[in-house]
Formats: sequence, C-alpha cells, structure tokens
Amino acid sequence: MAFTFAAFCYMLALVLCAALIFFAIWHIIAFDELRTDFKSPIDQGNPVHALVLPEYSIHSLFCVMFLCAQQWLTLGLNVPLLFYHFWRYFHCPADSSELAYDPPVVMNADTLSYCQKEAWCKLAFYLLSFFYYLYCMIYTLVSS
Amino acid sequence: MPVAPGNPHGNPEAAQRQGALPSTPLRREVTLAPAGFPRGDTRHFRPAVGASDVAGPVHSAMMSSQVVVNQGYNSQLPGSYPPLTPAKTLNPGSGHYYSGGSQGPGQTLHRPPVAANPAVPSLHSGPVPRMPAPASQSPAATPRPSGGFLPGASPLPPVTWQHSYPSMGSQVNHYPPAPSQPPVPGSTNLSTNHQYVSSGDPLLQNSYGKSGITSNTNSGSLMAHSNYDEIEGGGFLATPQLATKNPQISRSVGYTYPSLPPGYQNVPPPSSATGMPPSSLNYPSGPQAFPQAPLGANHLTASMGGLSLHPEGLRVVNLLQERKMLPSTPLQPPVPNLHEDIQKLNCNPELFRCTLTSIPQTQALLNKAKLPLGLLLHPFKDLVQLPVVTSSTIVRCRSCRTYINPFVSFLDQRRWKCNLCYRVNDVPEEFMYNPLTRVYGEPHRRPEVQNATIEFMAPSEYMLRPPQPPVYLFVFDVSHNAVETGYLNSVCQSLLDNLDLLPGNTRTKIGFVTFDSTIHFYSLQEGLSQPQMLVISDIDDVFIPMPENLLVNLNESKELVQGLLKTLPQMFTKSLETQSALGPALQAAFKLMAPTGGRISVFQTQLPTLGVGALKPREEPNQRSSAKEIHLTPSTDFYKKLALDCSGQQVAVDLFLLSGQYSDLASLGCISRYSAGSVYYYPSYHHQQNPVQVQKLQKELQRYLTRKIGFEAVMRIRCTKGLSIHTFHGNFFVRSTDLLSLPNVNPDAGYAVQMSVEESLTDTQLVSFQSALLYTSSKGERRIRVHTLCLPVVSTLNEVFLGADVQAISGLLANMAVDRSVTASLSDARDALVNAVIDSLSAYRSSVLSNQQPGLMVPFSLRLFPLFVLALLKQKSFQTGTNARLDERIFAMCQVKNQPLVYLMLTTHPSLYRVDNLSDEGALSISDRTVPQPPILQLSVENLSRDGAFLMDAGSILMLWVGKNCAQNFLSQVLGVQNYASIPPIMTDLPELDTPESARTLAFISWLREQRPFFPVLYILRDESPMKANFLQHMVEDRTESALSYYEFLLHIQQQVNK
Repeated sequence: MAFTFAAFCYMLALVLCAALIFFAIWHIIAFDELRTDFKSPIDQGNPVHALVLPEYSIHSLFCVMFLCAQQWLTLGLNVPLLFYHFWRYFHCPADSSELAYDPPVVMNADTLSYCQKEAWCKLAFYLLSFFYYLYCMIYTLVSS
Repeated sequence: MPVAPGNPHGNPEAAQRQGALPSTPLRREVTLAPAGFPRGDTRHFRPAVGASDVAGPVHSAMMSSQVVVNQGYNSQLPGSYPPLTPAKTLNPGSGHYYSGGSQGPGQTLHRPPVAANPAVPSLHSGPVPRMPAPASQSPAATPRPSGGFLPGASPLPPVTWQHSYPSMGSQVNHYPPAPSQPPVPGSTNLSTNHQYVSSGDPLLQNSYGKSGITSNTNSGSLMAHSNYDEIEGGGFLATPQLATKNPQISRSVGYTYPSLPPGYQNVPPPSSATGMPPSSLNYPSGPQAFPQAPLGANHLTASMGGLSLHPEGLRVVNLLQERKMLPSTPLQPPVPNLHEDIQKLNCNPELFRCTLTSIPQTQALLNKAKLPLGLLLHPFKDLVQLPVVTSSTIVRCRSCRTYINPFVSFLDQRRWKCNLCYRVNDVPEEFMYNPLTRVYGEPHRRPEVQNATIEFMAPSEYMLRPPQPPVYLFVFDVSHNAVETGYLNSVCQSLLDNLDLLPGNTRTKIGFVTFDSTIHFYSLQEGLSQPQMLVISDIDDVFIPMPENLLVNLNESKELVQGLLKTLPQMFTKSLETQSALGPALQAAFKLMAPTGGRISVFQTQLPTLGVGALKPREEPNQRSSAKEIHLTPSTDFYKKLALDCSGQQVAVDLFLLSGQYSDLASLGCISRYSAGSVYYYPSYHHQQNPVQVQKLQKELQRYLTRKIGFEAVMRIRCTKGLSIHTFHGNFFVRSTDLLSLPNVNPDAGYAVQMSVEESLTDTQLVSFQSALLYTSSKGERRIRVHTLCLPVVSTLNEVFLGADVQAISGLLANMAVDRSVTASLSDARDALVNAVIDSLSAYRSSVLSNQQPGLMVPFSLRLFPLFVLALLKQKSFQTGTNARLDERIFAMCQVKNQPLVYLMLTTHPSLYRVDNLSDEGALSISDRTVPQPPILQLSVENLSRDGAFLMDAGSILMLWVGKNCAQNFLSQVLGVQNYASIPPIMTDLPELDTPESARTLAFISWLREQRPFFPVLYILRDESPMKANFLQHMVEDRTESALSYYEFLLHIQQQVNK
C-alpha cells in the first residue's frame, strides 16, 4: 500500500474523466438540439464551442501525466485519441476559435451526424477509461 | 399584427404551439391571378354560374389578374399563357379593384341568399386601410362596375353589406370557427373580404412583381414568435396517421373520388403491391367528380404510354460511333414520367429541377446507379405571371407544415392528405370556397391546388417584427488605388441614373460609407445644404459617429443623396492614402445596418491591409500551373464570422471586387457567401484602359440596382418522408437541417441540394418536393413563394437511368466539385468529376445492358454526360495548367455555387451559332419580330471556318468571332465596316443598319439577351483580338495544352468502363 505518483495520476484522471464524460454528454445534447432546430448554430452562447478546447487540454494533460508516471499501457490506450485531437485541432483551416464545429457547415446532415457519432464514441471511450482508471488506481494502491 | 422584434433564436416551444394553432376562419382576401405556366385545360375554371347561389352564398369573390412582370429583359411571350379565368368573369384590363372591407370585431356579415353578385363598387370608397398603391400601377386602375363579374347574376345591393372599419390599425377579427356548420345560405358567420387587384395590361406593368396588393392582413391570433424558423413553420414529420378516422371514407362517400394507390390510403391495401385494378384508375363519373388527377394510380399505365411516346429516349447510344450527339436546338429538360394530368400541374423545370426525374426506390438502387440525387432551384426567378393568393389562413399540413399543393389527395371534400408526411388534415371552412369559380365545396379547384408555383401574402403570424423597410448601404473604397481605377464615376453615375428605380417604397433608406485607412460617414440630414462628412480614424474600435441621419429616407433626402453622388468621385482625387481598412469599414457598416437589416454593397479594389480582416498576398504566380499549392480556403475567419453576424441581423453583403492584383477573393468572398449576398468580379478594372470591363460593370450594376429583392428571407425545402436533404449549395447560412437563412434573396441566385433516400419508398409511387421562400418584398409585404415538384418513384435501374437529367446532374456535380476542391484539393475534385462519369456508365453497362457490346454504351438520357463533364473540367473553376489567376478561379467557383442551372450550363458549355448566313428558315416569330434560329454547333474548331462569322453565347458574355475571309456582304451589311481590317479592335455593339441581314442578326442577339435577366455584353473579335484566346478556350471538344479532346476523353472513359 503506497501512494505513488502513478496512483495520484489515476486519482486525478478519475476525477477529470468524470468531467470529460460530462463534456461528452453536453456535446451530445447540444448536437441533438441543433438537429431538432432548437438552437441556431450561430448562437454565441453555443456550448459546443466553449467546451472543445478544455476537453482537448484535459485529455492532453492525462497523457502527459501518464507519460511521467511511466504508465505505458494507459498511455498507449490514450495516444490514438490524443492524435485524433491534434489532427482535429490543426486540420480546421483558420478557425482557431470554433475548432471543428464550423457554424456554416455543421448543419449539413453529414457533418452533423459525424459530430454526433464522434460525441457518442467519445462518451463510450471516456466511460470505459473511467472504470479502467478506477481499477488501475486501486491496483497501484494495493499492489505495492 | 406585427409582433415586437424578439430574439431571433430560441424559444423552441413556439414552433409546436404554432403547429397546433386552430385555423380560425376569419376573413378571406383573395387575390388571384392566372397561373404562370402554360396549361391546356381551362375548363376547371369555368364559372359555375348559379352554383354559387346554392353552394356558397356567403362567399364572394372576384377575380383579378395580377401579372408579375420582371423588370429585366425577360419578357416571355405573355400571350402564351392562357388566362385561367374565362374572359367573361375577368377583364384583365380592369383596374385596381377592391371590394369588401375589414370587419370590426363582433360584426357579422349577412348576405341575403338571393344575392349572388359580390362585387359592390360602392364599397370601394370605404376607409380601408391599405398600402399606398405603387407608382407603377397602371393608371387605368379604377374600380370597375360589378355587373361584368358574374354574367346573369343580379347585382347585390350595397346596403346588405355591413361594414365597420376600425379606426385603429388593428383589424383583428374574431369569428368563431364554424367548421362543422353546414353551408346554409345566409347563416354562416364567415365574413368575407375579397380584394382584387388587377394590374391592367400585363405588358404595361413594369414594376418588380408587385402590383398594388393591399395588405391589410388580419391575424387569427396574436402569436409571439421569436424565431423565423418557427414562423416559416419548422415542423416535425408526423409518424402516426389518423388511422382511426373513418377509414372507408375514401371509398364509400357518396361521390366517387379517384381511387388512391395503396400507399395513400388508410385502409389496408387490398393486394400486396403495385396498384389498383385498371378499372379503378379511370376518372370517376360522379356528379361532383373531382377533377384532381388520381395521383399515382395511373402511374403504371402512364409510364408505359410515356415510354412508347419517346422511343428515342430508350435508345442506347454508342458514343464512340455517334459523335454528333449535341442537339442543334437548346437541350430540353426531360419530362418526368407522370400521368399527364399531374405533369400538367408540375413545377416549371426552370424553377425546380431534380437530377433524377425518376426517383430510385431505395438508397441501394441509388448507390447502384452512381448518379447524384439532388435538386436545383431557382426559387426567386422573375416570373412573367405568378398567381398570388391573399387569404387569412394559409392551408398547411398540421404536422409537417407543408403548404397545400396540387399533389395532395383529397380523401373527400373535408379532408386532404399531405403528400409529404401522409397526415390527413381537415380542409378549413373557408378553403371550401373557390374564389375562381365562386363555387362552394370545391377545395380541389382552388388556385393553391391548381398551381405548383404560387405566392401567398403572408399574414402577421409570419412576421417576427414589422416588415423591414428596404435599406441600402453603399460602401466605397476611396484609397488611391481605387481612385486610380476611376470606378467611382461609373458607379455613382449608375446610382444616380437608377436612384428612382431602386426597389422600394416611401420607406426606402439609403446610406453611404467610404473608407481608405479611415472610415468616412456621410450625414444626409434633411435640411442640410450639403452632405456632411464624418471621419472616424480609430479603426481598432469602430463606432458610429451619430445615431441618425447616416441612413436616410431616400425620398426625403433625395437631393442630398444626388448631391453626394455627384461630388463623391471628385472628393478623393487627390488622395494619396494607399491603405485599405475594409474589415473595420464592414464592421461599421454592419453596426449601421444591424437595427433594420438590408443590403450592403461593398466596392473594393485591393487587398485589405489595415485593421481587422487584413490579408496578406498568398498567390505565387510561378506556381499557378500546379494544382496542389493553391489557396482556395479563406486565410482568416473574420469575414465568415462577420457574415454570420450579418445573417443574424438580416443584413446581406454584396461584394464588387475591381482589383488588378490578387485580392484574396477566397477570404473576402466569405462575407457574401454566408450572408446570402453575391460576388461580382471585374479583374483589372480601369476606366480608360479597360473599357470592356467598364461597360460590363455598368450593365451589371443597372441590373443589380433595379432587380427585385426580398429581405429577411428564409427558405425551407421539404421532401416526402423517406427522402432527406443532406447538403446545401449556394450563398446562404444553413440554420437548421432544412432551413436556409437568406438575409436578402435576389432573382439571379440559384441553389442546389443533395439528397439521399433514407427509408425505402416501396409503398409510394410519387414523391414531392416543396420549397417555400418566405420574404419581405421591397414594398414591405411579407410573402411566401411556394414551388412544388412531383416525381415518380421507380424500382429498376434502367428506369433510373432513363429519367436522368444530364444538365441537372452536371450542375450538381459542379457544385459538389467546388466543395471538394475546397476541402480536399483541385485534383481530387477533377478526379471525382471523371469518376462520376466512369462509375455511372460502368454501372449502366454492368447492370442494365444485357449483351456486352464493344464501344462506349450510354443511355440516351446521359448521352451528353461525358461532354458536359469534360466541359466542366475545362471550366475556369476546375481547369489546370493554364495561367488562370487564383481570384478568377475562385470567382468562377462562386459563380458555380450561386448561379441558376441554365446560366451555369451556358458558362460551362456555351452555345455556338454560325451567324453570317442567317435565314428565316425555321425562325420563331414573336409578336411582330422574326427571330432566326440557327442550329447550335459543336464546340470544336473544326466547325469554324475563316469565311464565316460565329456567335458564341456563354451566358454573361456573347462573342462574335469574324473569320478572316468572311463574306464582304456580312462585313458591310451587318458590321457596317468596309473591310476586315477596319473592324475596330474593341467593338461591343452592332450598328443598326437598314439591311435584312443586320435586322436578322440583331433580332437574334436581342432574342438571346431577352432570355436572361442580365445583359450579356457582345464582343466582336477579329483573329488577332486578345479575347480570341478566351473564345478558343470555350471550344471544349478540342484538345488544349493540358486537357484532353472530347474523343480522347471518351476513349479514356471507355477504357475505364470496360475494365
């Protein structure tokens, strides 16, 4: 029973992961509202735009922490998503503030369904990783 | 009643509340005009003399012919549209007719049952609130005596009409809805108010499609709407139908109604699939048989008949052997394979067109065909005649909010079934009365059900705020560079000339802003002796120097405006300021316009260099030829964001770019693209060195300033359940999955959408598409223009191919290719275009053709597909290896997205005519003119000869190439020159000579010009003219340095197809 840095990482990841799950649900709701015409995509208060950067930075923070804690397996699980986030961040042309959700195109049914799918996949991923972090935290706490 | 302006976004519940609005029958105002499209059968509109006494005595109606004449060059044979109303009941020359009045609350209106004639001339003098009649109204507009309206009917004594006019503007009438009340003569409480506007001689009317409609709308309810969305009627497709509601009624009602196909009925289908026994397909012969076409039921027989009528259409063509596939007459769109009664009612293909006139039943079938499914729309086209209905309730489906249209089915007199979501709706009481025939109980003969294109005068439920006044703001670049080009002279002169022709009314507002490194405002306060200039030099934090008098009423301050326009070109001649602060100027313009909405016209001559939105040159001239490293995407999102803000405040920005150097149109264009504006580009504009561009600017500006305009518009496109729209093309902002936000709509804009088949359409035989454009006219009326298109559903691949519309397919592919070039790359887009041909033709070869013959076999409908795609590849947007400048390419892409299909096809594949030997053989005769019709030649140099003269019609430009050895006759008789050498290097006009040859040529050219709303400039080219390269570039069948010839292209396709 030892409180290692790895255990700390997992504890922090657990908490932040809960936040990410919340973000993912938020996105799902927001896109659903867009689809059902309840919101205009230009709305300045559109939460879709506000939560993208925090999500990306929180997830990168995980990865850096796991790298420091030398949790290679966990890091390996997170790297694909990390690269995906990087790709989305740098792929969108000139629209730094709105990231992937460009108001003029987001209403195209293809884009919208892509965004929705992405949000659902992320929700699943974060949920699974939540339990994985929980397991790992207990494991690191107990094992040594 | 106008509702206070609210937050345009939000309050979602209102949509549903509106959906459940009771349709309170109140007062009806009907303004009708003959339909805009030719139709053969006018018998439906026979006045049922006497019948109105029995069936609907409480209703009265009069007819008028409201004729909408566009102000452009489009005067299409008004005589060819037969007036729908019999001449006896309608005198088209009758003037502005107005009868009836608004009822005060609680007033009832009783007409004695004996009285049949509703027209009461004396009522006209009542203090009816109405809009001022526009100046363009025919002067002959006088109330005409009632006697002529209903022959044989006795005039109604005026005293029997009780009218009370509320002194307030409020005209809310509340009448209890009486849907269940039988139409007992004289007992119904429906107040009627019929208002007729007839505009006199159609040819005399010259305004922007608005003849003086009085717009005393009354509202059935005071609904506060907060979103245009719900106003136009965002609705959800209803899933359940009212299956419990008397399922037998469609069969056992006393009258015989046309049988419906199983998909339309609520009863379980008698047999498994396709249709009724042939005997039930016939028209019923009951006493009150509905003449409405039995939708779908006749489809099978009709399709057989249709096919046998066009054996040519069934042919399989080997393109490698038959190379002369281009018809010598303009290509006609294919006719959907529908029963002729339905087809007769269908929307004009110029307005609404589908790439596949036979819709595949399933997505799998569509995927197999490899053809794009989509719609091409030109919704706001100037129409020669357009029926306009003024009615207090607009009948719409209660669940999906579809407007009632010719393709709905009436289950019985009281119920209709929506053709988009299949919900059964009640027919409102006042819809039972047909104002055309003045017969009660004929909802299926109402103009709404007889015209696929119709315009409604929208009541106040369709307004978020009081209709906005027309507001025009002009933003001029006055930096040194701009002054050098001298454009201000032409633009100000054009504005001065057209100031009175600007669409608008007494509320029209106008304002001016100029900018270089600072922003200048002009106070045009009434009473000032001359305009006062206010300079804002703080461009980092733009503010409006004074709240008023920057946008002024045009009528009140006309002299000041004229004074300003006269002095403006001289004011900056000494300017040495080279910087351009376009971004801040646009922000200022937006702030100025935001409270009202309207149109901003921006004239820019260089790359913006100061403040927000400053851009850097990105084009590298040496790398033009490589298709990879070109910047088609915007470099900043400033313009897009500003455009979205504009869109939210109902402001549209039109960009006129007159730049010699690279100006990054890819970034600047966003300002127009997302605010539903348009882009005009005049490369290397100079008032002395480039007179051709000057003329072009003048002509286009004239059209731009005087054309019809719709403000604060939204357009929704609905389609039958099972189909779904997934991508939109054009200049607008997509605000929800089927709603386009169009701050301005102009008659020269086209739109395209892509669709997919989401659910199988196996149990339907017809699908419909409806576009509804809700806009505020420049006269301050809220109007809805509705187009409905109906198409058959087919189940085999062969039928899908037979119904393909090659022009529409090419147009949609061009739109998709523009998107592809922006998101991926130009070479990707080009590959995708070629693959589109290869894929569809190989699909045809493998799935439809049974015996594999050598050669390139294509269905007759697609015989021009390879040619058009090749033409697209050589179009400025997609060409490679030439010295096309980046801005020109991007402008061409903007045009692809924003032009209606007809003009897009002309710019892609121009028409070539030989004009030195025009003869009257096969000539059209229009009124008293004879217009020769030379055959269209293939676009190949082999068709040119040195001893001829050839006219190329490329949409916005006409080029007359005169061969070196052209007959002396042509030179002297048509061009009016001595010999070839004396043709001036720049010649843009043909002289009017008193020779038959000259008359023929001029008649032909003016006929070509009349076909389109803008004015194509004619260039006369000699062999050594610099524009000859331009002429030859359009020869799409020939080989160029970087592109294949048509034959090589065919060989390439054949190789790929036969792989």
